[in-house]
Amino acid sequence: MSIAASPSSLEALPAPALRRAGAVARRRRVGRRRPPLALVAPAVVGAAAAVVPLWYLADRATSQGWSEVADELWQRRTLDLVVRSLALAGVVTALCVVIGVAAAWLVARADLPGRRVWQVALALPLAIPSYVSAFAWVSWKPWLAGFRGAVLVLVLASYPYVYLPVLAALRRLDPAHEEVARSLGWTPRKVVLLLTLRQVRPAIVAGALLVALYVLSDFGAVATMRFEAFTWVIYGAYRAGFNPAQAAILGTVLVAVAVVIVALEAHVRGSASFTRLGAGAPRPSRPLPLGRWRVAAVAFLVVVLAAAIAFPVAQVVHWMRRGADTGFDVARVASAVGATLRLSALAALAALAVAVPIGVLAARFRQRYVHVLERSTYVAHGLPGIVIAISLVFVGVRLLRPIYQETPLLVLAYVVLFLPLAVGTVRSSVEQLPVGLEEVARSLGHSPARVLARVTVPLAAPGLAAGAALVFLATMKELPATLLLRPTGTETLATELWKATSISDYAAAGPYALAIILLAAVPTALLSGLLTARADGPGDALP
Amino acid sequence: MGRATRTVGLLVAAALVVAGCGDDDDGDDTGSAAPSGTITIYSGRSEDLVKPLLDQFAAETGITVEFRGGDSGELGAQLLTEGDASPADVFFSQDAGALGAVSKAGLFEALPAELVERVPEAYRAADATWMGLSGRVRVVVHHPELAPAPPDHIDGLLAPEWKGKIGFAPTNASWQAFVTGLRVLRGDDGARAWLEGFAAQDPVAYERNGAVRDAVDAGEIALGLVNHYYLYEKIAAEGDGVVAENQYMAAGDPGGLVNVAGAGVLASSDNEAAAVALVDYLSGPKGQAYFAEKTFEYPLVEGTVTADVLPPLADLDPPALDLSDLDSLGETQALLADVGLLTK
Repeated sequence: MSIAASPSSLEALPAPALRRAGAVARRRRVGRRRPPLALVAPAVVGAAAAVVPLWYLADRATSQGWSEVADELWQRRTLDLVVRSLALAGVVTALCVVIGVAAAWLVARADLPGRRVWQVALALPLAIPSYVSAFAWVSWKPWLAGFRGAVLVLVLASYPYVYLPVLAALRRLDPAHEEVARSLGWTPRKVVLLLTLRQVRPAIVAGALLVALYVLSDFGAVATMRFEAFTWVIYGAYRAGFNPAQAAILGTVLVAVAVVIVALEAHVRGSASFTRLGAGAPRPSRPLPLGRWRVAAVAFLVVVLAAAIAFPVAQVVHWMRRGADTGFDVARVASAVGATLRLSALAALAALAVAVPIGVLAARFRQRYVHVLERSTYVAHGLPGIVIAISLVFVGVRLLRPIYQETPLLVLAYVVLFLPLAVGTVRSSVEQLPVGLEEVARSLGHSPARVLARVTVPLAAPGLAAGAALVFLATMKELPATLLLRPTGTETLATELWKATSISDYAAAGPYALAIILLAAVPTALLSGLLTARADGPGDALP
Repeated sequence: MGRATRTVGLLVAAALVVAGCGDDDDGDDTGSAAPSGTITIYSGRSEDLVKPLLDQFAAETGITVEFRGGDSGELGAQLLTEGDASPADVFFSQDAGALGAVSKAGLFEALPAELVERVPEAYRAADATWMGLSGRVRVVVHHPELAPAPPDHIDGLLAPEWKGKIGFAPTNASWQAFVTGLRVLRGDDGARAWLEGFAAQDPVAYERNGAVRDAVDAGEIALGLVNHYYLYEKIAAEGDGVVAENQYMAAGDPGGLVNVAGAGVLASSDNEAAAVALVDYLSGPKGQAYFAEKTFEYPLVEGTVTADVLPPLADLDPPALDLSDLDSLGETQALLADVGLLTK
């Protein structure tokens, strides 16, 4: 029996039920049946919502005629922008792979002191908004501004996108392979490079995809670091140039780049070999003694965490103390916390509801259109938030006027923005479930919808929870769509933070920045906690 | 048949004319009656700054004000995207450029003459679609040790001694408004010549004017091209530790452009009377006094007292320029991009 090791983005945080069932996922029989309408219909609706921004882009980009499009594209500047953004995405992704894989391997395989603490802590940088850490760094050392500063901040902000899936994949691997290799006289280094890394390659590639798309769409870090990436210019075209056509043309280029990256990921992943596992659950591996490298390994992780978490948090506290005499409005912070939690929870639930049919389809069926449906949710992920926000203004005010600038449309914007985070986790967690259970349920006369509700979703629950947690996290930090689409009078932590920084009042910004970080740490810890839960499961041989 | 159609057509036309007159009459009626209800304001000016004034307005008039804060440019882009369907009644912008863009798209309703005429002609739209409410002057903020004798005209900025020492905010609307002003005053070729010289100075780009000011105050750069009030805000917030100083520009120099924060009423407003009442209030004595006290900006209505740290507006002698001409931002951006100052 074979299992595809982690074929999707953010890795499935595996179901304990899986092990209780004493089975591993099987691919046989998958993909020959026709997908049930009960899944296809909602999946099509969800994917259609995700590509709404593309419709808007196409409409606006050509609004001034095709010659304008040609003029805008046929410029040295546009090519430069593509090169600059790709260079940034390439360097950041490469560094994230190095740091994320190294950290995951150390936590999963090495005799690191306090492994559980490291495991949770290494995911925490996801809780720090890139604009906060970028400002923390550049206000301390202005010479960081530019390419290197953008690389620094984006690597520290996004390596967990590689670390988490790789860690999950390592935990799921059967250590028997590595033990056999070692018994055959391979050095530990050779085992890691030639065997372990190959086995988790799909997880690495999937994580790298999310990092690359995140870098392409990020505005906060590149703006604060004054690196002229695509997003910076697109923002400029909207808010200083009132040139939606130009912004849309450049946005379309960004979409094209994202499509190429998504296709590239599918290609690289598609050629990856499946990992063969024996029947039954993998036995947790024995920690590998690091020996004299132990100190170096700990030092490496300490440096990463100090730069990614301790430094920005310390800077935020420093701003607050500098403005301590002015004090801050506790009720206002509390109300922003309430609004943020409410909107993030709604977004997480809505994204999950849309992601379940798409993710289940992608996991269980191989039809070409299923593939297109799933991939289409990724494309908008490479677009900057302002483009998604403006496109929903465009659509909302025309077609959905009753909910324009009301909570439902804002939640829809979050779903469009962050759907891939949930689709990826749903897909990979369902992929690990044995198809047989669903087939048994079907043979007992349950409808596909009932099988989904009673078998698939409960078994994949931890993975679904992780997907929801990721969307929750991303929503908390989101700014541009929140600013344009929030209900009048609603202020979130991110909009309050923006208000303070837009008038350069960093002391007032402190409490909001700190509240975002502290609140975001909860779902982040939950993400790693879902991983830990598995390691602590029955039969766990970890000390 | 033909005659019948024509007759019906005439009847309809007559009905429309009558209805039109009726509308006008209604409009006059509501104009004399006290406006009420709810209005939505899109504000590029920060909530902390404007809210107390709006609360005061709401208390005095009974009109409920729904406040949506954001970046002026982003709100302008939002208004352009929303078009006729916008829920906004009033747009309160940080700069004339955003107002000009919305006005150019035909989304504003002309304001009553007695309102716009409160401010000098230079600080309002020629077609009365928007009016300035407070003025902000472009200055050179400088570090007293790094630049003890800063230039007071923009060509002085091109001297070799300032190479690599000037900060500016390339995407900032006020900077771009200055460049638009430069194009209006010196023509596109003249503006290009100056910008190429400026680009050759290797100026340092920042995301915001506040960051330019902070960099000057910290001594990272010697000169910064910003608006006048950034310095006074910093002094008010941080006290005497601030070392940076403002250099106001020589008479008529393009670098001393006076831009405005201002407001317009959306044509799509469903409560125009209340929207106009708000602009009336903001340009009235209470509104003007408020801006003078809170923001270190120049109140534009004559007779309002200016903050005492400021040189009088009348003494500045800014370049003679129609702010309505500042709406050609598209061309400005193209020029800036071309000389490498918007994108590198």
